[in-house]
Amino acid sequence: MSEGNQDSVDLSLLDGIMDGYDADRDNLISILWSTQNLYGYLPESALLRIARFTGFPPAAVMGVSSFYTQFRMTPVGKYLILLCKGTACHVSGVGAVEAALRAYLELPQDGTTEDGLFTLEGVACIGCCCLAPAMMINGKTYGHLTPGYAVGILRELRAKEEAK
Amino acid sequence: MIKLAVGQGSCGLAAGAGEVYDALEQLASGAYKVCITGCIGLCFLEPLVDVYEDGVLLRRMVRVKEKHAPTIAAAVRERNFDALDRFTISEEDSAVLTGQTRIALRGCGVLDPTDIDSYLSSGGYGCIRAALSAGTPQRIIDEVKISGLAGRGGAGFPTWRKWQTVHDTQSDVKYIVCNADEGDPGAFMDRAILESNPHGVIEGMLLAAYAVGAAELRVYIRAEYPLALARIRNAVKQAKARGFLGDNCFGTGHGFHMQVCAGMGAFVCGEETALIAALEGRRGVPRSKPPYPAEAGYRGRPTCINNVETLANIPWIMEHGGAAFAAIGTEESKGTKVFALAGQVLRGGLVEVPMGTALRQIIFGLGGGTRTKAPFKAVQLGGPSGGYLPEALLDTPVGYKALAETGAIMGSGGMVVMDQSTCLVEMARFFLQFISRESCGKCAPCRIGTRFAYDILSRIVEGQAQEHDIERLEQTAAVIRDGALCGLGQTALNPVLTILRYFRPELEAHVSQKHCPSGQCAALRTYYIVPKLCRNCGLCLKSCPVNCILRVPGHKFTIDQDICIKCDACIPFCPFDAIVAAQGGESHE
Repeated sequence: MSEGNQDSVDLSLLDGIMDGYDADRDNLISILWSTQNLYGYLPESALLRIARFTGFPPAAVMGVSSFYTQFRMTPVGKYLILLCKGTACHVSGVGAVEAALRAYLELPQDGTTEDGLFTLEGVACIGCCCLAPAMMINGKTYGHLTPGYAVGILRELRAKEEAK
Repeated sequence: MIKLAVGQGSCGLAAGAGEVYDALEQLASGAYKVCITGCIGLCFLEPLVDVYEDGVLLRRMVRVKEKHAPTIAAAVRERNFDALDRFTISEEDSAVLTGQTRIALRGCGVLDPTDIDSYLSSGGYGCIRAALSAGTPQRIIDEVKISGLAGRGGAGFPTWRKWQTVHDTQSDVKYIVCNADEGDPGAFMDRAILESNPHGVIEGMLLAAYAVGAAELRVYIRAEYPLALARIRNAVKQAKARGFLGDNCFGTGHGFHMQVCAGMGAFVCGEETALIAALEGRRGVPRSKPPYPAEAGYRGRPTCINNVETLANIPWIMEHGGAAFAAIGTEESKGTKVFALAGQVLRGGLVEVPMGTALRQIIFGLGGGTRTKAPFKAVQLGGPSGGYLPEALLDTPVGYKALAETGAIMGSGGMVVMDQSTCLVEMARFFLQFISRESCGKCAPCRIGTRFAYDILSRIVEGQAQEHDIERLEQTAAVIRDGALCGLGQTALNPVLTILRYFRPELEAHVSQKHCPSGQCAALRTYYIVPKLCRNCGLCLKSCPVNCILRVPGHKFTIDQDICIKCDACIPFCPFDAIVAAQGGESHE
């Protein structure tokens, strides 16, 4: 990581978070989580600031943030689609749903659409196994998905945005 | 006073329980009270609304929609309960509840998880009060020993022994950690318990803390469960406000301090030493044992780590006595166990049954068998480290030892039912993909071995199997089992091993004939439209999510093989059965 700051984020907001914590190793994950909730992801410049504040080497901060799947290093779209890849969803055909979503979003793998509207992310299990296959969009769960139904939900969201 | 209790677990909310709640409340105008309850485990019937009068259940309504609210509100206002018949649960579905023995789940779907008074009115926090005034921590451990309770997270280690070790280890600071990092895909009992009865878990933790002499309590809960996280945080706040947590608990002078920590998503953190690393703000990587966490755990202090379901059993054991718990179940496995029924099962949800109950009774008796037309093929027990059991083994009684003998494991209690349309080889590839991604990378056998096995399984399902691939899988399984540092790696190839044991012909067909008997493996399958049958009606065009069906004027429709995602969506739309999915070797004409 370099000090050269390509992220256009307001680092002063970070001070409010740091003030709430002691510079204790135990708090590192909580600080990272609050930071991500603030920016929507973990900007590199914020990680460097956290390293300075906590006194850990930047590599250690980077190591922790890259280990856990909840932490993101890139910004997310307006709609974050968490597609459940748990066992029950897999058995119930989430593969076809995923293929249809990717084709619609033109995303060969997990990531964000060019217009910044949608981010598609596979998650281990959201624990709604009886609704399989399921996905969560900005906290709202949709169950019993089929490829057509899932794409239809995104079409509706996109239409809503375009109407604005 | 009539009370309508709307089930608001994650499943219920996803099915529309929030909207139902709002609609019922808007129409109440004093005729009834609307309140929240947790998840009773009948996920296939959500949203559920219970009608209570003075604490007596009058009706249990299922699959209630927002649009039904006016009918329900009017019926309750006029006390015309017969008008609710069309929503009322059927006797058959009701039997799923009556066929259970509910100990860990006893408050779920009955209590209001957002209200401490609801828990108190059911006798809650009575056991910890009694224990504190009795002043004999060792008696709690003795009672748990009599109960025979074993860790419900998967390992099945006797709970009392862990407690005794922490109790006997001298230290000024000791910790109790509730492991709510329920990472097994397909298991959701811990989520449901925390969402539905968080105070029950807190009381279990307090009893454990008092028994072992710990004052510091931690809940490590995965952030993928936002509702459970919110409910336990709220419950801790309420317990603090009442003086049940803090410096002077229940006015006895004992201090108990609880913190809720959100887990950031790593399957390996279900392993005790990895969980401790995560709590300490490090990468969640396991270390070799001993020393065990009970001797040197969180911050190097004696730490007792128990799973949510284990802790949820404790208040019941203290209330009814260890002997009452031990009277349920079998010689080797005492008490009850919660199972999460999911997959292609008719009645999916949570069921709690005595140990020793046959798998058949759980899957067919309570679960109702498969919900698809296809017959039962296998049940996958114990998450990614578990195994598949065929129909012939369904009379196996559930228990730690009995299940281990079959090659599967109890695990945390996930039961994913699969019908004949599911390819087990593809499923094994799915599990190995999961495990190889979740491998923390510390030890080579797991880091390299799981990836190696995943690559082999991938080429098998893609029709690229090489000679000796089955032998390679067997060798890899042996190396990882003996060489991996923690349970994640050691058990990683269990799905493959149970396929080799019970479903070998299916694997061999993929390898030697490039044929998938269940027809699921997409790479071994091609979709095409039979020109003779196609009438160019165009119904299939609308059903295709990727627009791969080509319409050339003057010709019959065809499928563009480069675009087709083999999703199956078009087949049911064709009124002439002209769209066909063919196995690899078959002709397209």
